Amino acid sequence: MSQSPFFVNLDQIFVLLRHWLVSFLPAAWQPAAGVLLSVATIVCLFPALFALTTVFERKGLARIQNRLGPNRVGPFGFFQPIADGIKSLTKEDIVPLSADAAVHFLAPVLLVVTVFMGFAVLPMGRNMVLVDMDAGLLFYFAMGTSSELAVFMAGWSSRNKYSLLGAMRAVAQMISYEVPLLLSSVVVVMITGSLSLTKIVEAQNHYTWCLPHWYIFTPWGFAGFLMYAIATTAETNRSPFDLPEGESELVAGYHTEYSGFKFALFFLGEYVAMFSISGLGTTLFLGGWSAPFSFLTWVPSWIWFFSKLMLSIFVFIWMRGTLPRLRQDQLMNFAWKFVLPMCLLNLLVTGLWRFMGDGWLRWVVCSAILLLAYAGLGLGEMRRQRLGKRSYRYAE
Amino acid sequence: MSIVFYLLAALTVAGGLAAMLLRNTVHCALALTVAFAGLALLFLNLDAQFAGFAQILVYIGAVAILVVFAILLTRGSETPKDGVFSRSWLAGLAIAAAVFAVLGWAVLQSVRVLPHETAVPVVTVQQIGVALVGRYVLPLEIVAVLLTAALIGAVIVAMHEKEEHK
Amino acid sequence: MTPLAGYLLVAALLFSIGLAGALTRRNAILVLIGIELMLNAANLNLIAFWRYGPHPESLTGMMFAIFSIAVAAAEAAVGLGLVIQIHRHAKTTDLDAMNRMKG
Repeated sequence: MSQSPFFVNLDQIFVLLRHWLVSFLPAAWQPAAGVLLSVATIVCLFPALFALTTVFERKGLARIQNRLGPNRVGPFGFFQPIADGIKSLTKEDIVPLSADAAVHFLAPVLLVVTVFMGFAVLPMGRNMVLVDMDAGLLFYFAMGTSSELAVFMAGWSSRNKYSLLGAMRAVAQMISYEVPLLLSSVVVVMITGSLSLTKIVEAQNHYTWCLPHWYIFTPWGFAGFLMYAIATTAETNRSPFDLPEGESELVAGYHTEYSGFKFALFFLGEYVAMFSISGLGTTLFLGGWSAPFSFLTWVPSWIWFFSKLMLSIFVFIWMRGTLPRLRQDQLMNFAWKFVLPMCLLNLLVTGLWRFMGDGWLRWVVCSAILLLAYAGLGLGEMRRQRLGKRSYRYAE
Repeated sequence: MSIVFYLLAALTVAGGLAAMLLRNTVHCALALTVAFAGLALLFLNLDAQFAGFAQILVYIGAVAILVVFAILLTRGSETPKDGVFSRSWLAGLAIAAAVFAVLGWAVLQSVRVLPHETAVPVVTVQQIGVALVGRYVLPLEIVAVLLTAALIGAVIVAMHEKEEHK
Repeated sequence: MTPLAGYLLVAALLFSIGLAGALTRRNAILVLIGIELMLNAANLNLIAFWRYGPHPESLTGMMFAIFSIAVAAAEAAVGLGLVIQIHRHAKTTDLDAMNRMKG
């Protein structure tokens, strides 16, 4: 590509910075120091992003709900996370007397550790992946499933019926939506032919007439992305799937008995999980660090990755502000009776796409199959609902 | 025999011992999870990346959660009055010790003929995929049928029997 | 002691611990936990022999271990379903109390 060296250097600025910082050390320590530096960057960057996201969320939700949101601390309330941080660090750490102390302590630790491990395989820019693993996607999902045990540990160790109920609901929900999450990612692996996330991004980094080859622009990729989005909203217990932690339902679900720093760790874990899984979604379907148009490739790759990540977070906040909460049986029905059959059909359609060869025919056939299935399954589910006419009862 | 191997082996054996000795059943299940994690790390130490990640995904992500759900549904977290070990615990312990003695003796006897360090095998996921649908396609299909049968069977076995109460 | 012998000894130790637990504990679920430990020990054996064996490129040990993981998960599911159903019927999971065939 005919890019000027300035933009190439800007693209690789973090790689070059790390190389320069590490060159001060003796050669034997350099690889380990490089890795440590990258790990420290990730561990500092994503909590900072989390702090920024909390204030965005509160102001965003507030504007959707026709109010202002925090506006006291700093210009337009943007220093609110500092106030929140000071509050959670200085609050008294209350552990219930009958709680299981060791498990109660380890639950937030396990959650945060497994959530941060997922970042090791995300390619955040060109040549900017911490560990380029051959089975990167498998590693990511392995870390994701380990975090469910932390949720259960938190709920059970509190010896509180609301916590236990919230934990059971959360774990049941997370397990139910694991399967659509994994199946909707498998279609990407089928077409790319590799589980390595760097290869998946590189396969999407091509352009035809300035339009990118992102997988979301294909019929199976679009369906996969929609199901991935639904599954991630359920996995991270975000609205409209946030019954396990809905305040009006269960006090605070599995983190009822946590206060101070441990609660902040749970909060951090939930948001960082959101970042991590949105990062994976952008890598799989939205092209990772590749630019949307071929004339925009001069913009550094890490800017594209983080913009797509923040766009996904914005969509999460938007969904939270507008959609009502789903009941537990409604969301389980949805997972097993609608999303899972659509995922399996998507697998079939992807296979068909792969073997039909290039041309307009495969677009038409694949889109037709997916649209018919969506309409059929959707109508089938709705017909059993038997919704009557809406009735109103007014106060006398 | 590196320090990493000794640490991981100690972690795994400690987890296994804790899983079998603790009084509280949920603590036993969590110690089992530690043992699973130690085993996954041992697999990674043996350059079997796919097996290691599959171990974490299946055992820690699914089997451990199954076990804790079963403990909660059978109210196993209440410690029994007569103690947690059965009346014939000594016989069980003796049998296990005898088994370990025989296995350990067999391993140590054959130390002379065991092969030494071989080259690290480079196993890509593509090779595993090709093997699964090539040489091992029959076990793959049989395992698929087995998993379906187990799924349906577990649901039927654990289902509430509403009709028989009449 | 070669590395392979080390792994085999760890596997043997885990197997005996699982066996001891399965034979001595009263709670049915802990017996199943012991069985899972035994299966895991066998998996470790398989992977160790694959790694230090003569033909690691034919992937036999790793394939065997992967299938073993899948089958063990299925067996855990069915076993725990059985334990739950027994608890519903006999109101206990104590194996010492369930030593009769009479329901």
